[in-house]
Amino acid sequence: MLAFIAQRLGKAVIVLLAIVVLNFFLIRMAPGDPALVMAGEAGASDKIFVTQLREKFGLDQPVPVQLYKYVAGILTFDLGFSFRQQMPVSKLILERLPATLLLTGTAFAISLVFGVLFGTLAARRAGTWTDTAITVLALIFYATPLFWVALMAILLFSVAMDWLPSFGYETVGANYTGFAHVLDVGAHLILPATTIGLFFMATYTRMTRASMLEVKRLDFVKTARAKGLRDAVIQRRHVLRNALLPVVTLAGLQAGTLVGGAVLTETVFAWPGIGRLMYEALLQRDYNLLLGVFVVCSAMVLVFNLITDLIYRTVDPRIEFAA
Amino acid sequence: MKRVSRMLSRNPGGLIGFVILLIAVAVAVFGPLLFPASPWRMVQRPFLPPFTLAGLPLGTDALGRDVLAGIVYGARVSLLVGLVSTLAALAVGIPVGALAGYFGGRIGDALMRFTEFFQTVPSFALAIVLVAVLQPSIVSIVIAIAIVSWPPVARLVRGEVLSLRSREYVQAAIVTGQTSTWIIWREILPNALSPVIVLASLMVATAILLESSLSFLGLGDPNLMSWGYMVGAGRTVIRQAWWITVFPGIAILVSVLALNLIGEGLNDALNPRLNKDGR
Amino acid sequence: MSADVSVTITDLKLALPAGGDRPYAVDGVSLDLIAGKILCVVGESGSGKSMCAHALMGLLPDNVIAEGGEISFDGQNLLTLDETSWRGLRGRHIAMVFQEPMTALNPLMRIGDQIAEMFEAHRLLTPKERKQQALSLLREVGLPDPAASMRAYPHQLSGGQRQRAMIAMALALEPAVLVADEPTTALDVTTQAQILKLIRELQRRRNMAVMFITHDFGVVADIADSVVVLQHGKVVEQGPAEDVLSRPQHPYTRALLAAVPTMQPPQRATLLNRRKAVEVIGLDKTYVSGGGWFQPERCVQAANKVSFNVLQGETLGLVGESGSGKSSVARLVMRLIEPDQGTVRLGDIDFTAIEGKALRQERRRIQMIFQDPFASLNPRRKVGNIITDGPIAHGVAPMIARQRATDLLGLVGLNASAMERYPHEFSGGQRQRIGIARALALEPEVLVADEAVSALDVSVQAQVLNLLEDLKARLGLSMLFITHDLRVAAQICDRIAVMQRGALVELKPTAALFSTPEHPYTRELLAAVPGRISSSKAA
Repeated sequence: MLAFIAQRLGKAVIVLLAIVVLNFFLIRMAPGDPALVMAGEAGASDKIFVTQLREKFGLDQPVPVQLYKYVAGILTFDLGFSFRQQMPVSKLILERLPATLLLTGTAFAISLVFGVLFGTLAARRAGTWTDTAITVLALIFYATPLFWVALMAILLFSVAMDWLPSFGYETVGANYTGFAHVLDVGAHLILPATTIGLFFMATYTRMTRASMLEVKRLDFVKTARAKGLRDAVIQRRHVLRNALLPVVTLAGLQAGTLVGGAVLTETVFAWPGIGRLMYEALLQRDYNLLLGVFVVCSAMVLVFNLITDLIYRTVDPRIEFAA
Repeated sequence: MKRVSRMLSRNPGGLIGFVILLIAVAVAVFGPLLFPASPWRMVQRPFLPPFTLAGLPLGTDALGRDVLAGIVYGARVSLLVGLVSTLAALAVGIPVGALAGYFGGRIGDALMRFTEFFQTVPSFALAIVLVAVLQPSIVSIVIAIAIVSWPPVARLVRGEVLSLRSREYVQAAIVTGQTSTWIIWREILPNALSPVIVLASLMVATAILLESSLSFLGLGDPNLMSWGYMVGAGRTVIRQAWWITVFPGIAILVSVLALNLIGEGLNDALNPRLNKDGR
Repeated sequence: MSADVSVTITDLKLALPAGGDRPYAVDGVSLDLIAGKILCVVGESGSGKSMCAHALMGLLPDNVIAEGGEISFDGQNLLTLDETSWRGLRGRHIAMVFQEPMTALNPLMRIGDQIAEMFEAHRLLTPKERKQQALSLLREVGLPDPAASMRAYPHQLSGGQRQRAMIAMALALEPAVLVADEPTTALDVTTQAQILKLIRELQRRRNMAVMFITHDFGVVADIADSVVVLQHGKVVEQGPAEDVLSRPQHPYTRALLAAVPTMQPPQRATLLNRRKAVEVIGLDKTYVSGGGWFQPERCVQAANKVSFNVLQGETLGLVGESGSGKSSVARLVMRLIEPDQGTVRLGDIDFTAIEGKALRQERRRIQMIFQDPFASLNPRRKVGNIITDGPIAHGVAPMIARQRATDLLGLVGLNASAMERYPHEFSGGQRQRIGIARALALEPEVLVADEAVSALDVSVQAQVLNLLEDLKARLGLSMLFITHDLRVAAQICDRIAVMQRGALVELKPTAALFSTPEHPYTRELLAAVPGRISSSKAA
């Protein structure tokens, strides 16, 4: 298994390098002088800063040299400098990363648990009103744009009913510590995490339902009945276990969309994560920061894919730990 | 075609979706006739609530613009972007997938590595970066959406072609002396296309979601009024004027839902019959 | 041994949902299962035999309803039982073995656990005792390494081993009745023979009543004590096995038995001084899978220096079990796959040496008939086009091609109106005829039939085989006939080549092969064919 992990990590590194190279060419695709592009809207006015950039990235030199310098920089975790925010990009990202991990992690957990729950329920009661209701709701949430759900959630729970905070990570100026702090963050976490969670919940509900209905028709379920097993045991041990396999695969594929959802949600809820950072970079036309966040997002997705792949191979004995 | 519409009608969800889509297309096509003035024009006082004035059923926004006119013109943008970007994605994805599936070997491997790369990168983030770098315009949005959308098409087509290549009637075509081109065109692609059609309708839905999300973040074409832009513009005044964000959002929801329903209806209609080969 | 009737089925009527091809899946079936005896229920596909088996377990599909009749077991009418009572009965008193061992076992659970589940379902024994019982059961059914098999997952065992595990599971609670639904149909002939022997032994040792569903009369001859023949859900004949097999009364039974290929090869003219239609020299083909950085490659040798000739006007049979490489050799000869080494000559030209346009042109000389009637015709093309596509690609004018296609359809026994219809409108046997017409449209010299009748019912099989023989004689064709069924090969082949694991082990004229087989594997194959009248049957 270790060999497998090593091999996958190796592949991931190659993909990441390819993304970095892609970044390099993207900067040059933007209209205008690459140095000005990298300096961002704010930095472009500072002539000294621009000259420094030109020197550092060798922008007067042939492209291969530039590429080398850029990649070498990335490998030392130097993602550039944000003039507007007056901080190295890598530091900015590192500051904000934990908040995003908390948000996406929670959202993922909520969506998976409730998605499988509702999907199983719908499959058990297939054809009844419960099933129809769950399926229709899943369909609707699947079609709703994330940013709009976020806004509606704010409208409903914050403005209309004033139950939950709609802004930020914690109550500003309150300086809670310890358990009170956890509760405060938790209260702020509920709306954004549930917003993202709803969309993915819809996906997992539909997938689980379809998967369970399909597995129910398979021969080994008939064998289980022929043994005289109780229905609950059959559902749990035979149907559900097999039905969850494609859900795991799906979860892996959703990683990229999860990160994208984080960008929108953090923007609406002013959650201080890297998604919001990306939005700020957009507003400020700070391309260096933008691309730095992009690389980190890609790295997150790669790691997530590796984890889900490992889980899948552990759970399904038919697949070996091979290339 | 007639068979498809007959099957669609047996599926109530698909029918509802189809009707809604027809309405949306009608609105997009005939809208400018009913609302000849530009949606950017100020027509009344700002923040007029909905259902208060006869000619402005959905009220006005922060700059006094007619919300209903905005939705009508937004329909044109969304549907256009959705359609064109999906067609572009198909134009790239289908050949890549077909070639990778039919010829396999090193060409197939190389093509699939290329496809996988684009699939690993988080698609929305890539779209943001592309539009930002190319400067927001309807062309750059279409290009960006097409670029993030084609990999699933290629994978699907490759999978279908791969399984069809070893199907016995394809082998029969080889054995009777047909050329590769003929086989791909006449034997494989027609049988591979039903899942692609289903995927295409779902892709238009995703494209609309992507376009509205991009516009929401401010990356929309600055000259075109789009639904995402309206929601984004109304965000800061949501407490005073909820209708500016709610109605365009509903428009997006309804269009995407309609397309998803159509996709599912098509899936039920097209796949069981033909995949089972009449069994 | 007294006749101890375990189960009596009286006038069972199982109704199908409205709109099916007939109102009853099973219409008035009556039969007895006797302890210590095997009852074979025989029929073709759609005869309702499988439904009978499922009714006995209470596992009928939701839309099939028991409308009338009675199933009497242990003083109860099983048709009146509720689900809880059924659960107490299933596995404990009546157990079932299914057809496809791969899909009938949960792929995510170990074998030992799945057997132990039998005990768990009826709340018997402690977990430790269950494991011990499972181990001894696996030993009883003859699995080579019972301890290892306990911990194995289904995909790690072979088909035969999986079926043994299923049987172990069925026997765990010592049921009085065993229902076996085509348990050997998906297995190789040699494995089938072993499993049949196992079932016979176990059944006698435990004095079980066995209901054995099958479509193969050879199997019936081997193991049945009594026989029930079903057609369209109705019993057309039943009685002791010997009576039904040697003195069939009903015309349907007679037709079925007549259609079964016997092991007596008909007299065939010796073929002397014929030229070689196909010459195969030293074909080698190895499939390599896996082989990443950290995984060893897996090599499967499909063809190992295979050489043989097909003489003009001859039918050469290529016989072997799954994994023998016979299908690969067929595909190598057709150049659907490329050999690693070796040559195939068609008459005077080297078929393996040509490429591109030349290859496409020469392809018309050797045509193929495929196995699966449902997958060998493009569902979206009309039959007429399917047949004329080939000739048109070779430059024949469309009008002439269509005329010839109509003639060919008549030759294979189909109406000219078939030209305008789609494949799904025809039955399996009819589609095979269309496939034959397609192959003949190019006026080939050689036909390669790859398991061309394996997917057909026995009665249809006989018709298609007769058709092939007839056409071959009329059009002066040579044929390479691939099959796993020695009985079928015996009927139409002049010479038979036996393949094992990629190597050709024996090649002889049919009669000689059957009377004096030399290679040990050939002898094993012949011995394993069900239905050979063996003196030990009465033991």
